[in-house]
Amino acid sequence: MDTKKYVIRQISIFSENRPGRLAAIAHALGEEKINILAFSIAEANGFGVVRALVDHPEKAHDKLLSLGFNIAFTDVIAVHMKDQPGGLYEVAKILGDAGINIEYSYAYSGKEGAVLILRVDLVEDAIKKIKNSGATLLERSVFH
Amino acid sequence: MKFWDPRIEEMPKEDLQRMQYKLLKSLVYRLYSFSPFYHDRMKEQKVHPDDIGKLSDVHKLPFMFKRDLRDNYPDKIFTATKDDLVRYHVSSGTTGKPTVVGYTQNDLNNWSTSLARGLTSIGLGRGDVIQVSYGYGLFTGGLGMHYGAERIGATVLPTSVGNTERQIELMQDLGATAIACTPSYLLHIGEVAEKMGVNIKKDTQLRTGILGAEPWTEGMRNRIQEWLGINAYDIYGTSELSGPMFTECAEQKGFHIWSDIALTEIIDPKTGESLEAGEKGELTITILQKEALPMIRYRIGDITTMEEDICACGRTHPRIQRIQGRVDDMLIIRGINVFPSQVEYALMAIPEVGEHFQIVVTRKGALDDMLVRVELNKESFSDKINDIMKIRQKVEHRLRNSLNVNADVELVEPGSLPRFEGKSKKVIDKRSM
Ligand SMILES: [Zn+2]
Repeated sequence: MDTKKYVIRQISIFSENRPGRLAAIAHALGEEKINILAFSIAEANGFGVVRALVDHPEKAHDKLLSLGFNIAFTDVIAVHMKDQPGGLYEVAKILGDAGINIEYSYAYSGKEGAVLILRVDLVEDAIKKIKNSGATLLERSVFH
Repeated sequence: MKFWDPRIEEMPKEDLQRMQYKLLKSLVYRLYSFSPFYHDRMKEQKVHPDDIGKLSDVHKLPFMFKRDLRDNYPDKIFTATKDDLVRYHVSSGTTGKPTVVGYTQNDLNNWSTSLARGLTSIGLGRGDVIQVSYGYGLFTGGLGMHYGAERIGATVLPTSVGNTERQIELMQDLGATAIACTPSYLLHIGEVAEKMGVNIKKDTQLRTGILGAEPWTEGMRNRIQEWLGINAYDIYGTSELSGPMFTECAEQKGFHIWSDIALTEIIDPKTGESLEAGEKGELTITILQKEALPMIRYRIGDITTMEEDICACGRTHPRIQRIQGRVDDMLIIRGINVFPSQVEYALMAIPEVGEHFQIVVTRKGALDDMLVRVELNKESFSDKINDIMKIRQKVEHRLRNSLNVNADVELVEPGSLPRFEGKSKKVIDKRSM
């Protein structure tokens, strides 16, 4: 199975919890005409990590790096969620049974419907398991 | 190993001490007779020049403090007239009045000689190009290094501080082999060079750094040496002693204080009692040969230790270890003494964070809170909150171990803490605001 086409490049940005950091990121990406497709912020006491799927991850990376941001690429996968209760549970169970850890996840709803972005420790295995279970994985080409 | 003045530098300790005693005795007689300030001080202390019968009798003499210089601003305790003064230096007072130091030609000669011995001991001499990136002007760093470097026949590149990109260009174009500046400015130069695409290790002839005028650590030395491909040596001095005056030798085991120029004591800052070799205390110096502004038992306020054994380089003069903190920079956090240099030392050992830091002290109710802000390195950034929390915990743990007091840690974005092109101000104490 060609798993590569399901691996999506998320950009992850370290951010101090101070006013204006998020706006600075959004402004910088806007300037480069980069679209933010999905987005989440994980906050801890004193700092946060911004995670985003954008249409031009390399361009976004270089732009933010040049502004001094601490930024990295992270491989994630995107699962299409059935619009019915228990959809999240099913995915979590498939991965859990296979011994694959979900580091974090966040959802967004686009024109494809509800989509769950997953950061797992074993990306290839997760793709295979989810495909085998019959769930729908979104291809990277949907995003970039 | 080369010496500037082997007769003095390798002189047996007993001979050196005999020389020190003679110089001390004549200094005390001279000041008691001609300086109202010292005359009164010695009277107050009930000590007469005749009481000084051996070198250790120096303990009977009164101390001198920075406030004595401020109180006698600008030149009330000078012991030379304008006819004999050839230069002033002025140190900016962060609190209160500045202090003024005057020099006769002999004072300048002794200063340069002291540096000439030090620079020779780290292998510098004719043919070397020494870039002096200390500030020129009222500050002693620039001009002091300048004359010391000229004395050994090196070529001086007097770039002073600032315009860092130009400094790097000149370093390349004129083939600087050594640079004298503050360690934080050298780090800044390294960062700017990288941005310019200049690899100091490969693209320049730089091989020696003479670094001082602010506290730094062994960890910082290792990082500078490895990163920039140079040997980094500590240099020490304050304007009251003339300026940057004493350097480490090639052994890199503390700076030699020339016994014919200065008599060194380490004392307990609270009791004023002399400490044994190897014990940590306040550096106290008597300048044995100074005409314009003599210093007897001057309490510099720097915390360090002294080694008396003969150095592996063959020099018989005592070595002062790296300055570990300032008596007045010392923070008291919940009753525990904390030096910013300890924080720096702890951070240097943690590869996940950078070398720049800021300490913010606040008081909540009756309790002091210490926050250490440090930059998370690019390579250590993870998209997982837990990984970053672990780094923060590691830093907190290390700080607690080395400071014996709890410190909160805030990880900040790389490049976000202020860089200083001069003396670093790394502590924000909001308790007094
Ligand atoms: Zn030595």
